[in-house]
Amino acid sequence: MKRRDFLKATPAASLAFMINGLPISTYASHPLLEALAKQTAVTGRVLVMIQLNGGNDGLNMVIPIDKYSELSNARSNVMIPQNKVLSLANTNLTGLHPSMTGIKDLYANNMVNITQAVSYPNPNFSHFRATDIWFSGSDANQYVNTGWIGRYLDHEYPGYPNGYPSSGMPDPLAIQIGSGVSMVLQGDNVNMGMAISNINSFYNIVNSYVDPAPATPAGHELTFIRYIVQQTETYNKVIKDAAAKATNLSSLYPTNNSLADQLKIVARLIAGGLKTPIYIVSLGGFDTHSDQVDASDHTIGSHATLMQKLSEAVYAFFDDAKLLDIQSRVAAMTMSEFGRRIKSNASGGTDHGSAAPVMVFSPHVNPGLIGTNPVLPANANVGDNIPMQNDYRSVYAAVLADWFQLDINDVNSILMDTFPVLPIFRNTNNIKNTEEQGSIDILEQNYPNPFSNTTSFRFNSDGGDVRIQIFDATGRVVRTVTNQQYDRGAHEITIERGSLAPGQYFLTLVNGNNKATRRMTIIN
Amino acid sequence: MGKVNRREFLEDVIAKREEQTVGNTRDLAYEKYANKEIPKGLQKTTSTLSPYTGPWTEAHAIHLLRRTTFGVKPAEVQTLMGMTMSQAVDTLLNISTTAPAPPVNNYQAVVPDPTVPLGQPWVTAPYDSNTVGQRYYSFKSWWTSLMINQDMSILEKMTLFWHNHFATEVLTVGDARKSYKLNAMFRANALGNFKTLVKNVTLDPSMLVYLNGYLNTKTAPDENYGRELQELFTIGKGFTPIYDEDDIKAAAKALTGWRVNNTTITSYFDSTRHDTTNKVFTSFYNNYVVVGKSGASGATEVDDLIYMIFNKQETALHICRKLYRYFVYYIIDSTTEANIIVPMAQTLVANNYDIKPVLKELLKSDHFYDVNSMSCYIRTPLDYLIGMFRTMKIDIPATLSVDKKYAIWNYVRSYGSSLAMDLGDPPNVSGWPAYYQEPDYYETWINSNTLPKRMSFADMMLNSGFSAGTGTVIKINPIEFAKLCPNVGDPNALIDFCVQHLLGLGLTTSTKNAIKVAELLSGQTSDYYWTTAWTNYVSNPNTTNTNTVTTRLKSMLSELLRLPEHHLC
Repeated sequence: MKRRDFLKATPAASLAFMINGLPISTYASHPLLEALAKQTAVTGRVLVMIQLNGGNDGLNMVIPIDKYSELSNARSNVMIPQNKVLSLANTNLTGLHPSMTGIKDLYANNMVNITQAVSYPNPNFSHFRATDIWFSGSDANQYVNTGWIGRYLDHEYPGYPNGYPSSGMPDPLAIQIGSGVSMVLQGDNVNMGMAISNINSFYNIVNSYVDPAPATPAGHELTFIRYIVQQTETYNKVIKDAAAKATNLSSLYPTNNSLADQLKIVARLIAGGLKTPIYIVSLGGFDTHSDQVDASDHTIGSHATLMQKLSEAVYAFFDDAKLLDIQSRVAAMTMSEFGRRIKSNASGGTDHGSAAPVMVFSPHVNPGLIGTNPVLPANANVGDNIPMQNDYRSVYAAVLADWFQLDINDVNSILMDTFPVLPIFRNTNNIKNTEEQGSIDILEQNYPNPFSNTTSFRFNSDGGDVRIQIFDATGRVVRTVTNQQYDRGAHEITIERGSLAPGQYFLTLVNGNNKATRRMTIIN
Repeated sequence: MGKVNRREFLEDVIAKREEQTVGNTRDLAYEKYANKEIPKGLQKTTSTLSPYTGPWTEAHAIHLLRRTTFGVKPAEVQTLMGMTMSQAVDTLLNISTTAPAPPVNNYQAVVPDPTVPLGQPWVTAPYDSNTVGQRYYSFKSWWTSLMINQDMSILEKMTLFWHNHFATEVLTVGDARKSYKLNAMFRANALGNFKTLVKNVTLDPSMLVYLNGYLNTKTAPDENYGRELQELFTIGKGFTPIYDEDDIKAAAKALTGWRVNNTTITSYFDSTRHDTTNKVFTSFYNNYVVVGKSGASGATEVDDLIYMIFNKQETALHICRKLYRYFVYYIIDSTTEANIIVPMAQTLVANNYDIKPVLKELLKSDHFYDVNSMSCYIRTPLDYLIGMFRTMKIDIPATLSVDKKYAIWNYVRSYGSSLAMDLGDPPNVSGWPAYYQEPDYYETWINSNTLPKRMSFADMMLNSGFSAGTGTVIKINPIEFAKLCPNVGDPNALIDFCVQHLLGLGLTTSTKNAIKVAELLSGQTSDYYWTTAWTNYVSNPNTTNTNTVTTRLKSMLSELLRLPEHHLC
């Protein structure tokens, strides 16, 4: 029985429990439910969403080194001098903003995946609408009241908040630090997030302290209510207990960096044992319409400061995660409502744009870049925008399918449509990618095998998306062969060896619930 | 108790279990943080009952409205701003003399009433053992609706005041017709004469049942009412010298012979059950004697008894303290006693125990508008729930059928019950502990059980709402609320408006700014993003524009309604 079906079948039983005088939370202690809850908890995986408020200038963050002519024509007053661009391991076409030395280092350590030119068809240029689209996971012309993470949590923890906290899930489903509850966490009935409204509130919880009030009758009652609020917020105790179990171990956290302050709390709570799968943190100030760089030195200025804050905070967070031995459970992704215009304006800034890169940080990413450098016109006009290469929901699909290991049908249902799953993560348990599996009817053995130059294979599609990838013996994706819709029936693909070294590889196919893996060998 | 439907049955079962749970489980947070003694060292007010002459601002009008009505309606604030403080108080004290239409049969589909059709009043219809339980909820739902739909007057707050002061329990009285009748009497005398109220209550059918007065006979005197009359309703306790057990016995004897006609819902005097001996009181009452009378004139002994009780200044002081704790704050230190309570009692006596002049003086006083009298009142569950309906303009469609309207009112009522305020059924004859239990007083409303439920109610009203089986969802419409702000397009003005109307105590500028940026501006720093979003919505309220502003308003309201300040008024 699927977890969902089981839960749908329970209400009558739970009502009976209630009438017999047992607390309703008893229904979470059913052995099958416990097992299911543990199954989720065992993965222990955490997604930290880093929201960059205001629309991040992706062109100055992930810099297309091969496009300097186009960049000079479009944005000479803000562009980063080519000789200052940080180079990335294994590519000389793409580099990073000079303030991002930490992320450059993470990249060299195979912990960064960058998806290029992420957006959606008919992008919206309004902060509010674009934010709501990114949060809800909707099309540009579609309005959805729930958030994509809210729907994911609704799927994983049906019925929330009724019956929660439970023995299987005693902790908040999502924690948002730094601003109120975000629409991205809105579920069908309720917002799934616990808001820790600011850094101080967290330390107030940890220290059982409330902000002082004046010694007046009103202040007296306010203090009383503040204490009761603090003591009765459903999850304050587990937060306090988790915080007591762990301290930050990294010495790299920068000061005067609100993002770092937030991530510090996140690391401590994860290490303290919270089962919370989602954390949301944010950094504001990306709406750089003017003076985003220092006129005399484009490597400094407001955007450079933001890049530095992002880089230093993420770098310290993963250093801490490593020291706390939680890094194998952690992935962080950036998200901004849009990128900025190719052509800069006369105020030394950039106006609202569309596609921009998304960074995902984790020891589990397929390190490197997905997609190519943005296509830029030779002489960009003010209306020109970076063409989309990857739908933002394909990033979400990767998070849900490969990070949280959801069945692809559930991923499609949460995302309300079918999106190709970008190969952002490797070593995902969704498919055995270093071991033969699946019927030969789904994926036939390639021929010839072993091969030196080209080989072919046939596969059967049930219709819909088919993702075929080549993994190396360590489980790392080395190539995505195809990731698109195929009509029901048999198809054949021929692949070129390209730059692949001699050795063992695994050819994997995912098509709905069908999964198959074949071993293949390359020889010289 | 007659038939009740399954939901009500379950509600009661759950409520009873919760009471037990709360009773058996120590609430450690409450024990730790609630008053252990009456707080000392708080900033004291030395203000008096002399008329307030300071500025008349929205904050003052809101203070007055919150204490004299349920919640505060923005439009009413504006109405009061067009008046002087004195006119505003006079307006609130000008209560309707027309009785509201009585409660009706809303239960026909659940339990058919043999004599009353759907939508018709049952208050004078025959008692029916099958519908008696239905009528309890009909009565309580009706009362809840009067609070939700109240006009700009003190009437509903005063009706509740008298219900708390002369407490009875609907379920114990066992006949909602009697409870309705007492309620109607409270309404008719809401700002009337205290002496009249005491006499009416003494002879009221529901009180005669509730405190066993109808069983009080010369052969088997029942002291229940004679005790509470002195201890709770008039003289009070906690001072010396005080009346003693002989006074209670004597009072009981004076009240023997009163009975209830359950058909006409009236009380009557049965001289054959009346004790005709002289009732001699103690030195506390200067050895007053209520001369025993036989025959029909025995019924006048109640007047002698009340005359005697009202000759004691304690009676006036006691009711003035109750009024003070209901309208101002629960701490009455020696300064407050001397500056406020004693002068209030003098006014009461000087006006032959009319309540209105006392309240007029209090609500117009320097003391009432003293900053130390503001924001210190913990909203009762009904202030919380009904205040939300009124302040946030939550719509209950007038077009709903009568049974559906009652279902919705009943939902609000039952939620109040789960927050420890079951309208019509206070815990006992003392009323709710918030008004008498030292040293906790108001703090009894907020504990580990009730506070999370308050939070859940706000969450629910902002998200799914409730329909109480009617098929109509009742919830907050954030746009309709925001539109009440005259300058809604300015995010600073909007936050100020929301804080002023939803929170009992203001927020610092930096907190307001943080909420504005995070919620109304979605993390952006320029105010015009909100202004533009609102302007777009006004000029083209399509789905996108509507939802863009709704999402942000909802986030902001969600944050404000979770603040501790929301529970103060």
